[in-house]
Amino acid sequence: MQNNDIIIRTKNVDFYYGTFKALIDVTMDFEKNKVTALIGPSGCGKSTLLRLLNRMNDLIDGTRVEGEVLFEGTNIYNSNVDPVDIRRRIGMVFQKPNPFPKSIFDNITYGPKLNGVRGKTAQEALVQRSLEQSSLWGEVKDILKQSAMMLSGGQQQRLCIARALAMKPDVLLMDEPTSALDPISTAKIEELIAELKKDYTIIIVTHNMQQAARVSDYTGFFYLGELIEFNPTEKLFTRPDEKQTEEYITGRFG
Amino acid sequence: MEEKAHTSSIYDKALQSIKENLLYAGALAEKAIQNAMTSLLERDSELGRSVIDSDEQIDRLDEAIERKCLDVIALRQPVAKDLRFITTAIKINAHLERIGDMAANIAEKAIALNEEPQLKPYIDLPRMSDTAQQMIKKSLDALVREDCDLAEEVIKADEIVDNLNDQIFRELLTFMMEDPRTIHRAILIMQISKNLERISDHATSIAVMVIYLVTGRNVRHRDKMKKIK
Repeated sequence: MQNNDIIIRTKNVDFYYGTFKALIDVTMDFEKNKVTALIGPSGCGKSTLLRLLNRMNDLIDGTRVEGEVLFEGTNIYNSNVDPVDIRRRIGMVFQKPNPFPKSIFDNITYGPKLNGVRGKTAQEALVQRSLEQSSLWGEVKDILKQSAMMLSGGQQQRLCIARALAMKPDVLLMDEPTSALDPISTAKIEELIAELKKDYTIIIVTHNMQQAARVSDYTGFFYLGELIEFNPTEKLFTRPDEKQTEEYITGRFG
Repeated sequence: MEEKAHTSSIYDKALQSIKENLLYAGALAEKAIQNAMTSLLERDSELGRSVIDSDEQIDRLDEAIERKCLDVIALRQPVAKDLRFITTAIKINAHLERIGDMAANIAEKAIALNEEPQLKPYIDLPRMSDTAQQMIKKSLDALVREDCDLAEEVIKADEIVDNLNDQIFRELLTFMMEDPRTIHRAILIMQISKNLERISDHATSIAVMVIYLVTGRNVRHRDKMKKIK
């Protein structure tokens, strides 16, 4: 891997919830314009790591990070780094679709307006571009003024992705983005992920191993806070290096 | 290497059942070769016909095993070693089915030879047949025990059978040149020899698949590559 292809790098990261050590010495490179999946059983630390990458864990009291999280070479936990700026450049999509109780249009422009995007034309262009990128434009272009709450779960999730893309981030973090969706909506999101990686770097946490296998270029397997194996996805799912990985992905676990 | 059980015991049972069926198919194939050769050596055409009839049993088993493998793929989406096992099982199954066909083929030729006086004493053919049967047995033992060393032994033994086949071919050629009336019988014997040689190729392929199953490495075209170098 060429050095300049790495957009995020964690170096010897430990993470604590109070005295509980949730991540142990995690060193991991995330390649630009690739999809990296994080898998592992509940409580293995994969979501903790994901939230660490745009400082979402800052919002939880009593947490502590050791080691470095380098985003384009800068440690995002440096005291002079603004977490809001980090979260603008590293967007996030959550497990449950969480649109604002506003119109579809306002959902998308909410963030950009706060960041100074003024003018109807600029906003309209941004809404169209974001919705096109999230493959929702065709379905909602005539109902932009209607409430986002009337969309189906799958549409809401794509709206949330559009909302994240409206901030023009470099990286998109996805925490179980399809676990609340039906198979068709899931397939649409997976298709979207493949499309989005041309322009964005995507890091996805998923409990669905087949999904990790389908959408990602690289997969990291976590267990009890440690990164057990990190390999190209097709290698990890056909010839994993570690016995623990083998046992987990074949369902011989616990 | 002791393997942990799946969280789903039904999954484990499905894989186990495929393995047991493969061993059964292997045993049937070995027995078919044995009987086909006995029908030649003891000039027992009745036994030869029973080999041809019993090939149907191997064919039915072939279909059943393939169906079980496809079920696991469709219902369980196997990965890693489970995936390697299923792909290996599908291929081994096909090899065993072909071995069954070849045993039937040998029986056919034996029946035809039994109609005529024996051309020559059979010395190398039983050796070939014994080696080929051993190779099948060992390759399936290697599968069960996940034993790469045993699989390598099978791969090495292929050369013994190849050499015997060449030798038989040369010997029969001299018979045919000396006396054209032997041509018909000599060709039948050559076909039996060729079938045994092909059977040992199939056993070798099974051994190669076992190495793939255990290590994830494909050594199928290893020897060819060596020759090129």
